[in-house]
This record gives sequence, C-alpha cells and structure tokens, in this order.
Amino acid sequence: MKRRDSLKAITLSSLGFAGMNPQIAAAESITPPDVKPLKVPGGRQKFEAERDAKLNADKFFTPHELKTVTILGDIIIPADAKSGSASQAGTPAFIEFMMKDQPQWQTPIRGGLRWLDNVCMKRFDKKFADCLKAQQIEIIDEIAYPGKAKPEMSQGVAFFNSMRGLVATGFFTSQMGIKDLGYVGNTPNQWEGVPADVLKQYNLSYDE
Amino acid sequence: MDVPQIKKAAKVYDVVIVGSGAGGGMAAYQLSKAGATVALLEAGGYFDPADPKYINQLKWPYESPRRGAGTTRAFGDFDAAWGGWEIEGEPYSAVKGTEFHWFRSRMLGGRTNHWGRISLRMGPDDFKRRSLTGIGEDWPLGYEDFAPYYDKVDDLIGVFGSKEGLRDAPDGRFLPPPKMRLHEMMIKKAGKSIGVPVIPSRLSILTKPIHDRGGCFYCSQCGRACQAYADFSSSSVLCIPAVKTGRVTLINGAMCREVLTDAKTGLANGVSYVDVPTMTEQSVMGKVVVLAASTCETARLLLNSKSARFANGLANSSGVVGKYLNDSTGASRGAFIPALMDRKRYNEDGVGGAHVYSPWWLDNKKLDFPRGYHIEYGGGMGMPMYGFGFGMEGRNSLVPGRDGKPKEAGGYGASLKDDFRRFYGANIGMAGRGEPVPLESNYCEIDPNTVDKYGIPTLRFNYKWADAEIKQAKHMQDTFEEIIHAMGGIPLGKKPGPESNYGLEAPGKIIHEIGTARMGNDPKNSVLNKYSQAHDVKNLFIVDAAAFPSQGDKNVTWTILANSWRTSDYIIDQVKQKNI
Ligand SMILES: Cc1cc2nc3c(=O)[nH]c(=O)nc-3n(C[C@H](O)[C@H](O)[C@H](O)COP(=O)(O)OP(=O)(O)OC[C@H]3O[C@@H](n4cnc5c(N)ncnc54)[C@H](O)[C@@H]3O)c2cc1C
Ligand code: SF4
Repeated sequence: MKRRDSLKAITLSSLGFAGMNPQIAAAESITPPDVKPLKVPGGRQKFEAERDAKLNADKFFTPHELKTVTILGDIIIPADAKSGSASQAGTPAFIEFMMKDQPQWQTPIRGGLRWLDNVCMKRFDKKFADCLKAQQIEIIDEIAYPGKAKPEMSQGVAFFNSMRGLVATGFFTSQMGIKDLGYVGNTPNQWEGVPADVLKQYNLSYDE
Repeated sequence: MDVPQIKKAAKVYDVVIVGSGAGGGMAAYQLSKAGATVALLEAGGYFDPADPKYINQLKWPYESPRRGAGTTRAFGDFDAAWGGWEIEGEPYSAVKGTEFHWFRSRMLGGRTNHWGRISLRMGPDDFKRRSLTGIGEDWPLGYEDFAPYYDKVDDLIGVFGSKEGLRDAPDGRFLPPPKMRLHEMMIKKAGKSIGVPVIPSRLSILTKPIHDRGGCFYCSQCGRACQAYADFSSSSVLCIPAVKTGRVTLINGAMCREVLTDAKTGLANGVSYVDVPTMTEQSVMGKVVVLAASTCETARLLLNSKSARFANGLANSSGVVGKYLNDSTGASRGAFIPALMDRKRYNEDGVGGAHVYSPWWLDNKKLDFPRGYHIEYGGGMGMPMYGFGFGMEGRNSLVPGRDGKPKEAGGYGASLKDDFRRFYGANIGMAGRGEPVPLESNYCEIDPNTVDKYGIPTLRFNYKWADAEIKQAKHMQDTFEEIIHAMGGIPLGKKPGPESNYGLEAPGKIIHEIGTARMGNDPKNSVLNKYSQAHDVKNLFIVDAAAFPSQGDKNVTWTILANSWRTSDYIIDQVKQKNI
C-alpha cells in the first residue's frame, strides 16, 4: 500500500498543482515528462507502473456517484457476524479503479447510477442516496432478482448484476474477504492429498 | 543485403539463434554445452524467475489494484507474460472472413515462462497421419526417432506422470505425480462409470528436486513463473545455464529483421536486427543460423528475407512457407457440483495445473470426425481473483438455500454473502484440446500494406476451421455433459450448439500453432528435411514448431524441446564432419 501512495505523490507533484513550492515547480518544468523518477515495483513492467500511477492520480466517480456506489456496496455485502461490509473492505476504491482501468465499465456503471437516481426521483422525488433505507430497499428488490423482475426494470437488473459482480469481487479479493471465505493457500506447503476426514465424508479413497 | 547503415560486427559466431523460447533455449543449451560459441538473440527483455525484480509469485489479489484482472496481461495481472494477443506497435491482420489470434511474449524464455506445463509426447500414430487415415501428412520421422530424445528431455527438465502403457499417450521417465484433489477424484469416478479414462497429468513440475533446481512447494502459480525453478521455463532451465557456459552471448532487445545470406554461396551468414533500446540497425554474423522465433514469427522472418537469389523469401522454393498453419482445437464447459457445496476448507492449491487429465480414448474410424482430443480439467478452492464475484445470479437458485427452501436467483445482503461461502470451490471446468487437420488453405503471409514500428513487414493470416474440427467440438460438448451428469453436476450456461460451432475457439486461441515451415522428404512440398535443415540452405535450421507437419492432440512444447535437441545433435555432427 505504501508503495502505491508514493507513486501517487510523485504524479500529483508533477501535475503542478496550485500552491506548490515555486522552486519545485521550476525544477519540474525543466524535467522532461517522460523521465519522471518512477520506481517500478517488483513484478511490473515499466509501462504498467506508469499506467497505474496515472490511473491512481485520475478520478472517475463524482462524490455523489461514489457515495451511491458505497451505499449499494454495503447493501450487496453488509457486515455480518463473520466479517465486515464491502466498504469496510475498501471495495468502493477498487470499483473506482476498475472504471479507469477498464473503461468499458464507465458507461454501464455511470449510466446505471443515473438510471437508479432517475427511478428514485420519479417515485420518491429524491436521488437514491438521499432516500430512506426502506425506499432504497424497495427499489433494490425490484432489480436484484432477474427471474422475477418486471420487464420495465430490465436495465436496472443488468446494472445490478454488474454491481453485484464488482462488489462481491472487490470484497472477496480483499484481505477481509479472503479470510471470510476461508481460502488458506498461497503459502509454501507440502500437498499430501485430500484430508482423511474429507475422503470419508465423500466416500472416496486413493486406492481404488 | 548490404544496407549501409547496418554495422557489420567483426566476430563470427559458430551459431546464431533467433528466439529464446522452448526451441531456441534448448538449442542454445545443447550447442553451447557442446563447445560452440552462440549468439542468442531475443527481441524481448531479460527475465529471471528468481530475481525479485520480476517476481509475482505468492502475491495476494489485493496487491494488484485490479485484483489480478487481465487488463495489461491477458492471463491476469501476475502472469509472467510480457506481451499478449496484441503488442503495441507490432500489428498483424487477417483476411476478411477469416480469423487468427496470435499470442506473443517478448522476454527471455518466451512463452515458456507462463505456459501450462502440460508436457505430452506424441504417439506413434501421430507421426503417420496420411498413411493411417488418408488425410493430413506423415512426418519424415517416427516415434522411434523421437523416443530417445523425449527420454533425454524428461531427464534434463523433469516431468511427472504415471506409467499407463497407452499406445497413443506413451509413458515417459516420470517423477511421481501429485495426489488428486477432491473434485479430480470425483471426475475420475464419473469418468470410470462412462468409459472416459482419467489419469494423472503429465506436467513439467518438479515433485522431487532434480539437478540444481528446487522442488515444488505447491502454490499452484506456475503461470507466474517459479522462483525455485521448480517448473520448466526456458529462461531458468535452459537459457541462464547456457549463458553460464561462457560461450553464449545473449543479446536482449534484438528484434530480428532478416536472415542474411551470402549472394555467392546462397548460405546463411548472419541476421540483421533492430536493437530495440537504441532503435539502431545491427547485425551479427554466424556460420550456422537457427530460427526459433516461434511458428509464425519464423515464417515471417523467412518470407521477409528476400534477395535476388531468394525472391520468394528464404528457403521457400517450394512456396510452402507460411502454409499449413494449424492450431489445436479447443472447446470448454463449466459445471456446478452440488455435492461440493459447503466444503471443508483446507489448502488444495497443489501444482500449477490440473492433477489429472483424460487422454483420447476412442477410435476415430467409428466416429464422424478424423482426429482425437484430450480433456483438461479445472476446479477447486483456488485463490479468489478478479471475476470471482460475477455470475452468482446464474447459480444460487439451482439448489435450495440453507433453510431447505427454494431460492430466487440473484439477490443481495447477508444471504448473498453466505451464498459465496457456500458455493466456493463447487465449480469445475473442462476443456477439450484436439488435433486439427492441417490445410494448405490455412496460412500466414506478408501483409502487402503494413509494417510494424521497426519497419518490418507484418503478417496477415488466412485461417478457417473445417468440418472435421467443428464435428470434433460437437463431440467434446456431448462428452462434457456426460461427465457432468455422471458427477451429479449441473452444466452452467447454455450448451453451445451449431450457432457457435459448438463453442469451438477461434483459430490461434489455444496457442499451439505449428506447421509454417514443415519438414518432409520432398523439397517440393516441404521446407525442411527430417533434421529441420532447410532443403534450400544447408546451414539454416528451424527448431520451433514451424517444422511440424502435424501435432496430434499433444500440446506441442515437449515435442519442440525433443526436436530442438535432436536438431542440435545433428548440427554438431555435421560440423564435425565438415558438411556445414
Ligand atoms: C498461456 C499459455 C499456456 C500454454 N500452455 C501450454 C502447455 O501446457 N503445454 C504446451 O505444450 N504448450 C503450451 N503453450 C504453448 C507454448 O508456450 C509454446 O508451444 C512454446 O512456448 C513455443 O516455443 P517457441 O520456442 O516456439 O516460441 P516462444 O516460446 O514463443 O519463444 C519465441 C521467442 O522468440 C522471440 N522472438 C520472436 N520474434 C523475434 C524476432 N523477430 N527476433 C528476435 N526474437 C524474436 C520472442 O520474443 C520469444 O521470446 C502455452 C502457451 C500459452 C501462451
Ligand atoms: S506450483 Fe510448484 S512449480 Fe509451480 S510455481 Fe508453485 S512451487 Fe513452483
């Protein structure tokens, strides 16, 4: 995480934000843009490190959109007895990154958020994020179940399928989500085969 | 070919090798060990799986801002491939109405840093297709010529497997195979009930350390390249040891433009290349030239090496260079196995690949398509990566909820969160990989209109599947459903039908392309003789899969390694006899 912060700092300063120390600004203006002292993290190609730094410096969602994404995320993956919620696992930031990393997401997600706000405006005279919890759930119930949703909600269903996929991906690939899921690999070990109690449970054996 | 700005290097190497993948790495290793001085030219950068500069092994998804998505690397953010289906500034095209996908890696070791490590021998019948079936082509060699080299490759590189005594899938000198995972045991049991054999995989992964390399520590991440050198990559196992002999000059960032020839003798005497970091034109001279830039790139080099003497491209008096291009067929299907829901958690990463596979088990004489296929399997409680959360709405209504009541598809909230836990590790995947029939009408050629950023004319493909391959894919789909049902599973998605050629992947997608400079006894319809030596240019050799007349349903790399070793031995022999 630290590494990413330092990448961010480098690109921010080289964008020449107002209020910057004039001496630094002068120094930067004589540095050609392509020789930024970018540190390439292990396992990355240089062009990837540069691309990531740029994506991290850019912003896609407006504050309102990000707020809506955060609310939706916590509706999709709430905290429960076992683990925290989507936002507690950092999912909104992941979704923000994916919008920039794979721009084909931008229209369906931005458009979907607007579609949602528009439906809420018509019904409750408020945008989704400003609706009462019960109102939000009323709408979500109409788009979260593809098998029984009304035809006029089909665009909302498609949007919610995408959001469900993004949010669940973000959550279950986070440290918190992996722990919740119980994935215990990614560490050197000796594979000895399926544990005996599991073999017994499935009535299988290695000597057949 | 005396372009003035090309700097002529003074040194003349015994051998110049183009490309450092499976074929080039093996040639560099064998020839340098035999005492030859070698210039090894590689278009991409240096890569060593053990250097922290390059390591992605054992990283977690959250160490990638895209959680491992394949945005800049087709097989995921941690995959050890520098390159992909498209490379900026290095285009290729296809004739309208045809299609070919070309995966390239530009790095030391080429595509062997991240390949699937499936290491299969071709069987005796695979070399004799024309004699046995009347279509396709025979090799000018047989299994008996390859067997000793397959054995040597097994011993040098290491491959695990089991002795099965199958004619079509010859046994090798195997290390012990890893035990089956749970879903693999279920697949085996199901296979048995319907007559589909399921046997231990054959992967070049060290279940026991050999030579100076480490043993596998079961992280399942061979695609990221192994820092313990416990799997086969040409970089770690061949190129780096070859450089250590002191006789190999490795030139990274050397994008070859042409093979140079002596106008008087017609012999190859070196190659010209673009030095990528400086974008300058260079050349390197050698007594023997060995091409291993991979099947299509090698054809491109030959076709671009035109001179007064070789107006049609080098070694192309037959006009066969670029033709008979063929890739494996591929089709796949996924399934959900209800019996695997709510699984007990334990580490089942295992090796980087399936621990079992199904070799071809039927007789094509009794079927309506001429060639066989094998099945590769996937599944298990793998590390969640980008994409993990998608598609639950297609699964969670297939079985009742925890309370025993039917569930509505999709949803949200605590019950959805719980579904992810319940369904984790309950999916399997199957992929058929089949032998195609090589056709003259499937080919690559030089695009008359396009050059890459180095000014090198690019390739244009012309490739269409025929009936033989489409029918084979149909058979794969039927088999997949049979296996799924025998497991008590539920196939996911709609069964691919005629509208999609039964899910047959587009040409090139399986990345087993071969055949563009095939060997044969007749110089009129082949480019190379049985020693992979150009009929037209006796000191020019090709040690990648361009040389292969056919590929069986046996992923080609083990045969590339064996053939490159055999060719290297022949080069050494011919030099000793002063024939070249
Ligand atoms: C994801 C994936 C999985 C695979 N799984 C398997 C498997 O399980 N089993 C199997 O048998 N095969 C598998 N393959 C295929 C396997 O990787 C190839 O068969 C093998 O790498 C081919 O070796 P090669 O030496 O011909 O070419 P490559 O490995 O492609 O190496 C060619 C090298 O030449 C260099 N080069 C190209 N053009 C030039 C030029 N003009 N000048 C200089 N250098 C140049 C390239 O940069 C590259 O390094 C897989 C491939 C991929 C991508
Ligand atoms: S599975 Fe084994 S060989 Fe493959 S990368 Fe992991 S430790 Fe290395």
